[in-house]
Amino acid sequence: MSNSLPRSQPPLAAPNGGAVASLGRPGGNNERLVQLEVLRYNPDTDTEAHFQHYEVMCQEEWVVLDALNKIKADIDPTLNYRWSCHMAVCGSCGMMINGEPKLSCHAFLRSYEGVIRVEPLTHFPVERDLVTAPDDFMEKLKRVKPYLIPKETKAVSEGEYKQTPAQLMKFRQYSMCINCMLCYAACPEYGLTPSFIGPAALTLAHRYNIDSRDGGRKERQEVVATHEGVWECTFVGACSEVCPAHVDPASALQQMKITSSIDWIVEHLIPGGKS
Amino acid sequence: MAKSHKPVVWFPFAAGGTVIAFFIPVIVLLTLMAALGHVPAGLGYDKLHAFAANGLGKLIIFGVVALSLWSSAHRLRCTFYDFGARADTLVATVLYVGAIVGSLFSAVYLLRI
Repeated sequence: MSNSLPRSQPPLAAPNGGAVASLGRPGGNNERLVQLEVLRYNPDTDTEAHFQHYEVMCQEEWVVLDALNKIKADIDPTLNYRWSCHMAVCGSCGMMINGEPKLSCHAFLRSYEGVIRVEPLTHFPVERDLVTAPDDFMEKLKRVKPYLIPKETKAVSEGEYKQTPAQLMKFRQYSMCINCMLCYAACPEYGLTPSFIGPAALTLAHRYNIDSRDGGRKERQEVVATHEGVWECTFVGACSEVCPAHVDPASALQQMKITSSIDWIVEHLIPGGKS
Repeated sequence: MAKSHKPVVWFPFAAGGTVIAFFIPVIVLLTLMAALGHVPAGLGYDKLHAFAANGLGKLIIFGVVALSLWSSAHRLRCTFYDFGARADTLVATVLYVGAIVGSLFSAVYLLRI
Protein backbone atom coordinates (compact mmCIF):
# COMPACT_ATOMS: atom_id res chain seq x y z
CA MET A 1 0.00 0.00 0.00
CA SER A 2 1.41 3.36 -0.93
CA ASN A 3 1.41 6.32 1.42
CA SER A 4 0.93 9.75 -0.14
CA LEU A 5 2.65 11.52 2.77
CA PRO A 6 6.44 11.50 2.88
CA ARG A 7 7.72 9.48 5.82
CA SER A 8 9.82 11.20 8.43
CA GLN A 9 13.08 9.53 9.30
CA PRO A 10 14.60 8.96 12.70
CA PRO A 11 17.24 11.67 13.24
CA LEU A 12 20.22 9.31 13.35
CA ALA A 13 19.40 8.15 9.83
CA ALA A 14 19.11 11.70 8.51
CA PRO A 15 22.09 13.51 7.03
CA ASN A 16 23.56 15.94 9.61
CA GLY A 17 20.82 14.99 12.03
CA GLY A 18 19.14 18.36 11.54
CA ALA A 19 18.50 18.18 7.80
CA VAL A 20 15.18 16.47 8.28
CA ALA A 21 13.14 19.69 8.07
CA SER A 22 12.83 19.18 4.34
CA LEU A 23 10.94 15.93 4.97
CA GLY A 24 7.86 17.81 6.21
CA ARG A 25 4.42 17.73 4.68
CA PRO A 26 4.21 19.58 1.39
CA GLY A 27 3.07 23.13 1.94
CA GLY A 28 3.33 23.13 5.71
CA ASN A 29 5.92 23.35 8.44
CA ASN A 30 5.37 20.41 10.74
CA GLU A 31 8.37 20.94 12.97
CA ARG A 32 7.97 21.98 16.54
CA LEU A 33 10.20 22.73 19.51
CA VAL A 34 9.88 19.89 21.99
CA GLN A 35 10.97 20.23 25.61
CA LEU A 36 12.11 17.15 27.46
CA GLU A 37 13.10 16.66 31.06
CA VAL A 38 15.30 13.59 31.18
CA LEU A 39 16.46 11.87 34.35
CA ARG A 40 20.24 11.63 34.34
CA TYR A 41 22.42 9.46 36.53
CA ASN A 42 26.08 8.64 36.11
CA PRO A 43 27.20 6.11 38.75
CA ASP A 44 30.84 7.30 38.40
CA THR A 45 30.18 10.94 39.25
CA ASP A 46 26.64 11.36 40.66
CA THR A 47 25.47 10.58 44.17
CA GLU A 48 21.85 10.91 43.08
CA ALA A 49 19.83 11.26 39.89
CA HIS A 50 18.79 14.69 38.58
CA PHE A 51 16.65 16.00 35.73
CA GLN A 52 18.24 17.65 32.72
CA HIS A 53 16.22 19.95 30.47
CA TYR A 54 16.53 19.72 26.68
CA GLU A 55 14.89 21.67 23.89
CA VAL A 56 15.00 20.08 20.47
CA MET A 57 13.35 20.71 17.10
CA CYS A 58 11.33 17.65 16.12
CA GLN A 59 9.06 16.56 13.32
CA GLU A 60 5.39 16.34 14.27
CA GLU A 61 5.35 12.64 13.35
CA TRP A 62 8.26 11.70 15.54
CA VAL A 63 8.20 9.59 18.66
CA VAL A 64 10.01 10.24 21.95
CA LEU A 65 12.84 7.92 20.86
CA ASP A 66 13.45 10.12 17.80
CA ALA A 67 13.72 13.16 20.06
CA LEU A 68 16.22 11.33 22.30
CA ASN A 69 18.22 10.26 19.23
CA LYS A 70 18.35 13.84 18.03
CA ILE A 71 19.48 15.04 21.46
CA LYS A 72 22.22 12.40 21.46
CA ALA A 73 23.30 13.24 17.90
CA ASP A 74 23.21 17.05 18.11
CA ILE A 75 23.13 18.24 21.71
CA ASP A 76 24.42 15.75 24.27
CA PRO A 77 26.28 12.57 23.21
CA THR A 78 26.59 11.46 26.86
CA LEU A 79 22.88 10.61 27.13
CA ASN A 80 22.38 6.84 27.65
CA TYR A 81 19.33 4.75 26.77
CA ARG A 82 18.58 1.43 25.10
CA TRP A 83 16.90 1.00 21.76
CA SER A 84 17.16 -1.20 18.72
CA CYS A 85 14.30 -1.80 16.29
CA HIS A 86 12.31 1.47 16.44
CA MET A 87 9.14 -0.49 15.62
CA ALA A 88 7.79 -1.86 18.93
CA VAL A 89 9.20 -5.34 18.33
CA CYS A 90 12.47 -5.60 20.24
CA GLY A 91 11.15 -4.32 23.59
CA SER A 92 14.38 -2.56 24.57
CA CYS A 93 13.34 1.13 24.65
CA GLY A 94 10.88 0.96 27.56
CA MET A 95 10.93 4.02 29.83
CA MET A 96 8.60 6.14 31.95
CA ILE A 97 7.14 8.94 29.83
CA ASN A 98 5.17 11.45 31.87
CA GLY A 99 4.99 8.81 34.59
CA GLU A 100 3.62 6.01 32.40
CA PRO A 101 5.60 2.97 31.24
CA LYS A 102 5.85 3.20 27.45
CA LEU A 103 8.01 2.06 24.59
CA SER A 104 9.67 5.32 23.56
CA CYS A 105 9.44 4.22 19.92
CA HIS A 106 5.69 3.96 20.34
CA ALA A 107 5.10 7.23 22.21
CA PHE A 108 4.23 9.91 19.64
CA LEU A 109 5.31 13.45 20.47
CA ARG A 110 1.97 14.79 19.22
CA SER A 111 0.27 12.97 22.12
CA TYR A 112 2.02 15.19 24.66
CA GLU A 113 1.79 18.85 25.57
CA GLY A 114 4.33 20.95 27.44
CA VAL A 115 7.47 19.45 28.92
CA ILE A 116 7.75 15.69 28.42
CA ARG A 117 9.26 13.99 31.45
CA VAL A 118 11.38 10.94 30.58
CA GLU A 119 12.63 8.60 33.33
CA PRO A 120 14.02 5.07 33.48
CA LEU A 121 11.53 2.21 33.98
CA THR A 122 10.41 2.26 37.57
CA HIS A 123 10.86 -0.77 39.90
CA PHE A 124 14.23 -1.61 38.28
CA PRO A 125 17.69 -0.52 39.42
CA VAL A 126 19.13 2.27 37.27
CA GLU A 127 22.51 1.55 35.69
CA ARG A 128 22.98 4.89 33.95
CA ASP A 129 20.55 7.59 32.77
CA LEU A 130 17.59 5.72 31.21
CA VAL A 131 19.28 2.30 31.24
CA THR A 132 17.94 -0.13 33.86
CA ALA A 133 19.21 -3.56 34.97
CA PRO A 134 16.80 -6.31 33.88
CA ASP A 135 18.55 -9.08 35.89
CA ASP A 136 15.67 -9.73 38.30
CA PHE A 137 13.20 -10.25 35.44
CA MET A 138 15.62 -12.50 33.54
CA GLU A 139 16.14 -14.68 36.62
CA LYS A 140 12.37 -15.00 37.18
CA LEU A 141 11.81 -15.79 33.52
CA LYS A 142 14.17 -18.77 33.82
CA ARG A 143 12.39 -20.04 36.93
CA VAL A 144 9.02 -20.50 35.19
CA LYS A 145 10.56 -22.64 32.43
CA PRO A 146 9.16 -20.66 29.48
CA TYR A 147 9.86 -23.26 26.87
CA LEU A 148 8.14 -26.34 25.48
CA ILE A 149 8.43 -29.39 27.73
CA PRO A 150 6.96 -32.03 25.37
CA LYS A 151 4.28 -34.40 26.69
CA GLU A 152 6.07 -37.21 24.90
CA THR A 153 9.48 -37.06 23.32
CA LYS A 154 9.52 -38.06 19.69
CA ALA A 155 12.40 -39.03 17.49
CA VAL A 156 13.03 -36.64 14.60
CA SER A 157 12.06 -39.42 12.19
CA GLU A 158 8.56 -39.48 13.71
CA GLY A 159 7.90 -36.01 12.37
CA GLU A 160 6.72 -32.74 13.87
CA TYR A 161 4.42 -32.10 16.84
CA LYS A 162 1.21 -31.22 15.04
CA GLN A 163 -1.26 -28.63 16.21
CA THR A 164 -4.62 -27.44 14.89
CA PRO A 165 -5.30 -23.72 14.28
CA ALA A 166 -7.77 -23.79 17.21
CA GLN A 167 -5.09 -25.18 19.53
CA LEU A 168 -2.71 -22.46 18.35
CA MET A 169 -5.25 -19.70 18.94
CA LYS A 170 -5.63 -20.74 22.60
CA PHE A 171 -2.14 -19.50 23.46
CA ARG A 172 -1.14 -17.29 20.53
CA GLN A 173 -1.99 -14.01 22.27
CA TYR A 174 0.23 -14.93 25.23
CA SER A 175 3.15 -15.74 22.94
CA MET A 176 3.32 -12.15 21.66
CA CYS A 177 5.28 -10.88 24.70
CA ILE A 178 8.39 -8.90 23.71
CA ASN A 179 9.93 -8.92 27.22
CA CYS A 180 9.86 -5.12 27.39
CA MET A 181 9.10 -5.17 31.15
CA LEU A 182 6.56 -2.34 30.93
CA CYS A 183 4.15 -4.59 32.86
CA TYR A 184 6.64 -4.86 35.73
CA ALA A 185 6.99 -1.08 35.85
CA ALA A 186 3.18 -0.73 35.87
CA CYS A 187 2.50 -3.42 38.49
CA PRO A 188 2.11 -1.93 42.00
CA GLU A 189 2.49 -5.40 43.54
CA TYR A 190 5.92 -5.88 41.96
CA GLY A 191 6.91 -2.47 43.35
CA LEU A 192 5.74 -3.42 46.83
CA THR A 193 6.89 -7.05 46.81
CA PRO A 194 9.98 -7.46 44.61
CA SER A 195 9.94 -11.25 45.06
CA PHE A 196 6.67 -11.43 43.03
CA ILE A 197 7.36 -13.46 39.87
CA GLY A 198 5.41 -10.82 37.98
CA PRO A 199 3.13 -10.47 34.93
CA ALA A 200 5.32 -11.26 31.91
CA ALA A 201 7.08 -14.33 33.34
CA LEU A 202 3.82 -15.83 34.65
CA THR A 203 2.06 -15.11 31.36
CA LEU A 204 4.79 -16.95 29.47
CA ALA A 205 4.39 -19.89 31.86
CA HIS A 206 0.66 -19.83 31.00
CA ARG A 207 1.46 -19.66 27.29
CA TYR A 208 3.28 -23.02 27.55
CA ASN A 209 0.84 -24.54 30.06
CA ILE A 210 -2.04 -24.22 27.58
CA ASP A 211 -0.02 -25.35 24.56
CA SER A 212 -1.45 -28.68 23.38
CA ARG A 213 2.08 -30.06 22.83
CA ASP A 214 3.29 -29.19 26.33
CA GLY A 215 3.35 -31.41 29.40
CA GLY A 216 5.29 -29.17 31.79
CA ARG A 217 2.50 -27.55 33.81
CA LYS A 218 3.19 -29.62 36.93
CA GLU A 219 6.83 -28.50 36.96
CA ARG A 220 5.88 -24.85 36.47
CA GLN A 221 3.25 -25.05 39.23
CA GLU A 222 6.09 -25.34 41.76
CA VAL A 223 6.73 -21.64 41.07
CA VAL A 224 3.35 -20.48 39.70
CA ALA A 225 1.17 -21.75 42.58
CA THR A 226 3.31 -20.30 45.37
CA HIS A 227 2.49 -17.10 47.22
CA GLU A 228 5.10 -15.26 45.14
CA GLY A 229 3.59 -16.69 41.97
CA VAL A 230 0.04 -15.90 40.87
CA TRP A 231 -1.20 -15.36 44.44
CA GLU A 232 0.73 -12.13 44.90
CA CYS A 233 -1.37 -10.65 42.05
CA THR A 234 -4.39 -8.63 43.21
CA PHE A 235 -5.77 -8.11 39.69
CA VAL A 236 -5.02 -4.40 39.42
CA GLY A 237 -4.88 -4.91 35.64
CA ALA A 238 -2.28 -2.18 34.95
CA CYS A 239 -0.08 -4.80 33.22
CA SER A 240 -2.69 -5.32 30.51
CA GLU A 241 -3.26 -1.58 30.07
CA VAL A 242 0.39 -0.79 29.36
CA CYS A 243 1.26 -3.90 27.30
CA PRO A 244 2.32 -2.67 23.83
CA ALA A 245 1.80 -6.15 22.35
CA HIS A 246 -1.80 -6.55 23.67
CA VAL A 247 -0.85 -9.73 25.52
CA ASP A 248 -3.28 -9.13 28.44
CA PRO A 249 -1.18 -10.64 31.25
CA ALA A 250 -3.98 -9.97 33.78
CA SER A 251 -6.24 -12.49 32.02
CA ALA A 252 -3.46 -15.09 31.95
CA LEU A 253 -2.89 -14.71 35.69
CA GLN A 254 -6.60 -15.00 36.52
CA GLN A 255 -6.84 -18.17 34.43
CA MET A 256 -3.85 -19.56 36.29
CA LYS A 257 -5.52 -18.74 39.61
CA ILE A 258 -8.51 -20.85 38.56
CA THR A 259 -6.37 -23.85 37.53
CA SER A 260 -4.20 -23.48 40.66
CA SER A 261 -7.36 -23.42 42.81
CA ILE A 262 -8.68 -26.55 41.13
CA ASP A 263 -5.29 -28.19 41.77
CA TRP A 264 -5.53 -27.18 45.44
CA ILE A 265 -9.01 -28.73 45.76
CA VAL A 266 -7.84 -31.96 44.12
CA GLU A 267 -4.76 -32.10 46.35
CA HIS A 268 -6.43 -31.24 49.67
CA LEU A 269 -10.12 -32.09 49.51
CA ILE A 270 -10.45 -35.09 47.23
CA PRO A 271 -9.39 -38.36 48.90
CA GLY A 272 -6.65 -39.95 46.83
CA GLY A 273 -6.01 -36.69 44.96
CA LYS A 274 -2.45 -36.25 43.75
CA SER A 275 -0.18 -34.46 46.20
CA MET B 1 8.92 -22.84 47.92
CA ALA B 2 5.65 -24.20 49.27
CA LYS B 3 2.45 -23.90 47.29
CA SER B 4 0.04 -21.28 48.61
CA HIS B 5 -3.25 -21.99 50.41
CA LYS B 6 -4.75 -18.80 48.99
CA PRO B 7 -7.38 -20.78 46.98
CA VAL B 8 -9.33 -21.22 50.25
CA VAL B 9 -10.16 -17.51 50.27
CA TRP B 10 -9.83 -16.88 46.54
CA PHE B 11 -12.41 -19.38 45.27
CA PRO B 12 -15.34 -17.88 47.25
CA PHE B 13 -14.02 -14.43 46.24
CA ALA B 14 -14.14 -15.39 42.56
CA ALA B 15 -17.60 -16.94 42.97
CA GLY B 16 -18.75 -13.82 44.81
CA GLY B 17 -17.36 -11.59 42.06
CA THR B 18 -19.45 -13.47 39.50
CA VAL B 19 -22.54 -13.25 41.72
CA ILE B 20 -22.01 -9.51 42.26
CA ALA B 21 -21.60 -8.93 38.52
CA PHE B 22 -24.87 -10.68 37.74
CA PHE B 23 -27.12 -9.88 40.72
CA ILE B 24 -26.10 -6.62 42.37
CA PRO B 25 -26.88 -4.28 39.43
CA VAL B 26 -30.33 -5.92 39.16
CA ILE B 27 -30.91 -5.59 42.92
CA VAL B 28 -29.86 -1.93 42.87
CA LEU B 29 -32.17 -1.27 39.90
CA LEU B 30 -35.12 -3.05 41.55
CA THR B 31 -34.53 -1.16 44.81
CA LEU B 32 -34.56 2.16 42.96
CA MET B 33 -37.70 1.16 41.05
CA ALA B 34 -39.40 0.14 44.31
CA ALA B 35 -38.42 3.47 45.88
CA LEU B 36 -40.06 5.25 42.94
CA GLY B 37 -43.15 3.08 43.20
CA HIS B 38 -42.62 1.11 40.00
CA VAL B 39 -42.38 -2.49 41.15
CA PRO B 40 -42.86 -5.06 38.37
CA ALA B 41 -45.90 -7.24 39.06
CA GLY B 42 -43.88 -10.43 39.42
CA LEU B 43 -41.52 -8.90 41.98
CA GLY B 44 -43.99 -7.45 44.47
CA TYR B 45 -43.52 -7.77 48.25
CA ASP B 46 -45.83 -10.79 48.58
CA LYS B 47 -44.06 -12.73 45.80
CA LEU B 48 -40.58 -11.99 47.17
CA HIS B 49 -41.67 -12.80 50.74
CA ALA B 50 -42.99 -16.14 49.53
CA PHE B 51 -39.67 -16.75 47.71
CA ALA B 52 -37.73 -16.01 50.94
CA ALA B 53 -40.03 -18.31 52.91
CA ASN B 54 -39.23 -21.23 50.62
CA GLY B 55 -36.21 -23.39 51.56
CA LEU B 56 -34.56 -23.16 48.15
CA GLY B 57 -35.26 -19.41 48.07
CA LYS B 58 -33.54 -19.00 51.47
CA LEU B 59 -30.51 -20.91 50.17
CA ILE B 60 -30.26 -18.76 47.03
CA ILE B 61 -30.59 -15.47 48.96
CA PHE B 62 -28.04 -16.67 51.53
CA GLY B 63 -25.66 -17.66 48.71
CA VAL B 64 -25.94 -14.24 47.06
CA VAL B 65 -25.47 -12.35 50.35
CA ALA B 66 -22.65 -14.49 51.78
CA LEU B 67 -20.62 -14.72 48.56
CA SER B 68 -21.04 -10.99 47.85
CA LEU B 69 -19.89 -10.11 51.38
CA TRP B 70 -16.89 -12.44 51.14
CA SER B 71 -15.95 -11.11 47.71
CA SER B 72 -16.20 -7.51 48.91
CA ALA B 73 -14.11 -8.31 52.00
CA HIS B 74 -11.39 -9.94 49.91
CA ARG B 75 -11.43 -7.09 47.36
CA LEU B 76 -11.04 -4.57 50.20
CA ARG B 77 -8.17 -6.64 51.61
CA CYS B 78 -6.46 -6.53 48.21
CA THR B 79 -7.09 -2.77 47.96
CA PHE B 80 -5.43 -2.18 51.33
CA TYR B 81 -2.51 -4.30 50.13
CA ASP B 82 -2.28 -2.38 46.83
CA PHE B 83 -2.07 0.88 48.75
CA GLY B 84 0.90 -0.50 50.65
CA ALA B 85 -0.70 -1.51 53.97
CA ARG B 86 1.44 -4.46 55.04
CA ALA B 87 -0.61 -5.47 58.11
CA ASP B 88 -2.29 -8.05 55.88
CA THR B 89 -3.15 -10.58 58.60
CA LEU B 90 -4.94 -7.95 60.72
CA VAL B 91 -6.76 -6.45 57.72
CA ALA B 92 -7.76 -9.91 56.43
CA THR B 93 -9.00 -11.04 59.87
CA VAL B 94 -11.15 -7.93 60.46
CA LEU B 95 -12.68 -8.01 56.95
CA TYR B 96 -13.30 -11.76 56.77
CA VAL B 97 -14.82 -11.81 60.29
CA GLY B 98 -17.06 -8.93 59.17
CA ALA B 99 -18.18 -10.93 56.13
CA ILE B 100 -18.81 -14.05 58.23
CA VAL B 101 -20.81 -12.11 60.86
CA GLY B 102 -22.86 -10.45 58.08
CA SER B 103 -23.54 -13.85 56.53
CA LEU B 104 -24.61 -15.28 59.91
CA PHE B 105 -27.01 -12.37 60.41
CA SER B 106 -28.53 -12.98 56.97
CA ALA B 107 -28.92 -16.69 57.84
CA VAL B 108 -30.68 -15.83 61.12
CA TYR B 109 -33.04 -13.34 59.46
CA LEU B 110 -33.80 -15.75 56.62
CA LEU B 111 -34.60 -18.55 59.05
CA ARG B 112 -37.03 -16.26 60.89
CA ILE B 113 -39.12 -15.70 57.73
